[in-house]
Amino acid sequence: MKWMKNLKTYIPGDFVVVRDDNKCIRCKACVEQCSFEANFYDDEEDRVWSWDGHCVGCQRCVYICPTDAIRVEPREEIYRHHENWKIYHIKGIEKRANFGGAPIVSMGTDKEYPIYWDHILLNASQVTNPAIDPLREPMELKTFIGRKPSVLEIKKSKYSKTKIPPQLELEIPIMFSAMSYGAVSKNVIEALGRASEAMATCFNSGEGGLYKEHYKFGNRLIVQVASGRFGVHKDYLNIASAIEIKIGQGAKPGIGGHLPGEKVSKEISETRMMPRGADAISPAPHHDIYSIEDLRQLIYALKEATRYRKPVIVKIAAVHNVAAIASGIARAGADAICIDGFKGGTGASPQVIRDCVGIPLELALASVDTRLREEGIRNEVSLIASGGTRCSTDVIKAIALGADAVYIGTAALVAIGCHLCQQCQRGNCAWGIATQDPFLSKRVNPDIAAEKLINLLKVWSLEIKEMMGAMGINSIESLRGNRLALRGVGLTDTDLNILGILPAGA
Amino acid sequence: MEVFRQGYEEFAHIPSVEVKDISGCGLAGIINTDGSLVGGAKIADAIQIMHDRGNGLGAGFAAYGIYPEFKDFYALHLMYDDEKAREETEEILEKRVTIEQRGGIPTRHIGRKRPFFFVYFVKPRAQKSIVEAEEYGEEKKDEFIVRMCMKINRGVKGSFVISSGKNMGVFKGIGFPEEIANLFRIDEYEAFCWTAHNRFPTNTPGWWGGAHPFCLLDWTVVHNGEISSYGTNKRYLEMYGYRCTQLTDTEVIAYLLDLLARRHKLPLEMVAACFAPPLWEEIENMDEDKKQFYQKLRMIYGSCMLNGPFSILVGFKGGLVGLNDRIKLRPLMVGKKEKTWYMASEEAAVKHICPNPDKIWAPKAGEPVIVRLEKDAYRELYGKSEERI
Repeated sequence: MKWMKNLKTYIPGDFVVVRDDNKCIRCKACVEQCSFEANFYDDEEDRVWSWDGHCVGCQRCVYICPTDAIRVEPREEIYRHHENWKIYHIKGIEKRANFGGAPIVSMGTDKEYPIYWDHILLNASQVTNPAIDPLREPMELKTFIGRKPSVLEIKKSKYSKTKIPPQLELEIPIMFSAMSYGAVSKNVIEALGRASEAMATCFNSGEGGLYKEHYKFGNRLIVQVASGRFGVHKDYLNIASAIEIKIGQGAKPGIGGHLPGEKVSKEISETRMMPRGADAISPAPHHDIYSIEDLRQLIYALKEATRYRKPVIVKIAAVHNVAAIASGIARAGADAICIDGFKGGTGASPQVIRDCVGIPLELALASVDTRLREEGIRNEVSLIASGGTRCSTDVIKAIALGADAVYIGTAALVAIGCHLCQQCQRGNCAWGIATQDPFLSKRVNPDIAAEKLINLLKVWSLEIKEMMGAMGINSIESLRGNRLALRGVGLTDTDLNILGILPAGA
Repeated sequence: MEVFRQGYEEFAHIPSVEVKDISGCGLAGIINTDGSLVGGAKIADAIQIMHDRGNGLGAGFAAYGIYPEFKDFYALHLMYDDEKAREETEEILEKRVTIEQRGGIPTRHIGRKRPFFFVYFVKPRAQKSIVEAEEYGEEKKDEFIVRMCMKINRGVKGSFVISSGKNMGVFKGIGFPEEIANLFRIDEYEAFCWTAHNRFPTNTPGWWGGAHPFCLLDWTVVHNGEISSYGTNKRYLEMYGYRCTQLTDTEVIAYLLDLLARRHKLPLEMVAACFAPPLWEEIENMDEDKKQFYQKLRMIYGSCMLNGPFSILVGFKGGLVGLNDRIKLRPLMVGKKEKTWYMASEEAAVKHICPNPDKIWAPKAGEPVIVRLEKDAYRELYGKSEERI
């Protein structure tokens, strides 16, 4: 063997790459494809080996191996059992002690927290109410995101003069959440844009500005204004169909963003309007927003800049007093609020923040919707739920709890190849998604990726229509906030109370 | 009411969730657009012929124009479980309204246990304290009466306001329509507009207040169907201060009518369009003005849409409305003979009381049939011309 491990920095990896040498044809595809350098070829022995410590479990080699010779297995460490000192904690301390830095991780938290979606069941019609077949009957998913007046005034003239503030018109209540150019590659954004156009929904620029090639997606685009203000200028605001002020992100509430200088290529530096090779650091707060009245000023500054033609969304992380904060945001003039639950993904976050700050989306969403209704201002603001939405049933449950639409991020990436190896922060994504390396990013073919995203949205829409039909509902607005369509199983009274749903059987 | 709530107490802590009641049903309605009166026997006949559409767990009648001598007073029909409820309710009434006259609602013996019924002809009166006057503003008479009824329904145990409009009344209870007609001596009343209901609930423990029609001020609703959007409608109404206390989905229709027609002042045609809006696909193909209008309507009143199967008859002081859901999952027939219109779940019911109608048809899905009193008739009945709704 050519390689020996470095004993000074050695920490056991999480996976073992098992290769069937009889099946291996020495094509070296796995060696070439593994951007984490876990596979290597030994020409003296004419044999492919793996350096298990480098393997992140992304499955790239498993998928690429033409003879199916590779399997990735979990490496089961047998330490002496200790209830308090799990391997996770021991390795955590080792990492901090060995390298002297706080571990950065990505994606949503992988820790065992309750997933409320899985404890909520949907209703269906029987006898007293016919179920509706979406293939035969109309089934409407059209959604408008934005502030709505509470009264339609009809005066003498036949038609109303009531003005509706700007709205985001969506054919399906599912949008792609903020993923910046920088966090993901150009090709991924191209695919998101094409899928949004095809399905008449929207995608979100993230805070990385908008690359010049992507201006063509303007009418299906939400542009983000975050604490770093990267890439924010007049054209950027005016090209989009909505503007999102990012206050916080579910995966890292209270933390800004950090794009390492190595990733700031020429194109990214142009797009973000910052020096090439410099770290792109978004501060934790917006330094012009230290309170709600400052947020109001930014909301109206953006509205002024776009002549009140575009809805302004405010995105916040789900934190403990999220209901009160949301109410304040509604009153500060936002047209929509995005609530990002703590299971939401990220390109990079300190591990401790990702794993234990914030609250689950389900509870946050329910309490925000309830609060806005109690205050009689629910119509003044739309609610977008995001953070850890995995399937169409999560979407429909979120809408029944009170959301107007749902953002999906991780699910979209999974559709185009992501296998949740949680290494986005390293910039060498083997699937070509979370990387700026031209050699890697060409692994995402925008044509194919767009098609996969369109398939995903189409199938989810059909599934949503089928579930609505089963409930005897033929329009999404009759499902919105319809918590009687939900029942809880295995939840405590307190959970049920916050979710505002009945237990199954009641 | 208490009986019904038993068993749900353990969920009493859960806010804004109540169990909805499911029912299938039969409906009938008659209106004379010239304001001439028709005896109650006719509507009773029409609803009885659809006997099998009910299961004896609820029936009721709404009659418009039955109290001409008290047409300027709100006629409150009260249902009491016991004497204590009556005393408590009358205490509330005496504090808030001038009672012109009161009395028991005439009934016949039906040989089983039942609540007792009173009618009060009332007008709001000035309140003693400023705080009360602010809550119950005498000048907004309708609002005043609505709030008072909500207070009684929510707050007084064993007491329930069945109807609260002017020159009209609701009679309802548990039993087949013929029993309820007999109990309330429906045959002795004469009205220009009648609606009737025969109920087939599938899960309701009997409660007399849960029968149809539902009434708020002059609005009455009889409903056949199940509202799948109940959860959405209910939570929308709660934003505007309505509390759904009657544990049935029909109630939300009455409150939505009150909100949209009375408080938001939408014309009835538009209210019907909120309940059963045109499809987006249809809206796309409308001409620009109309398209924009319906877009706005659906955006603002999306939560008012009644989803799921329904046919409803809505009585109001100026007429009668029949409406189906958007894909016509429940029956509704309309017949017309000279100045009399008939609406019913079944053609048989119309033909039974009007053997040779000029025409009879099934209205299209989601298209309202709105029948209005003639102007002169309205003036004669109410002593003033109609504020068009």
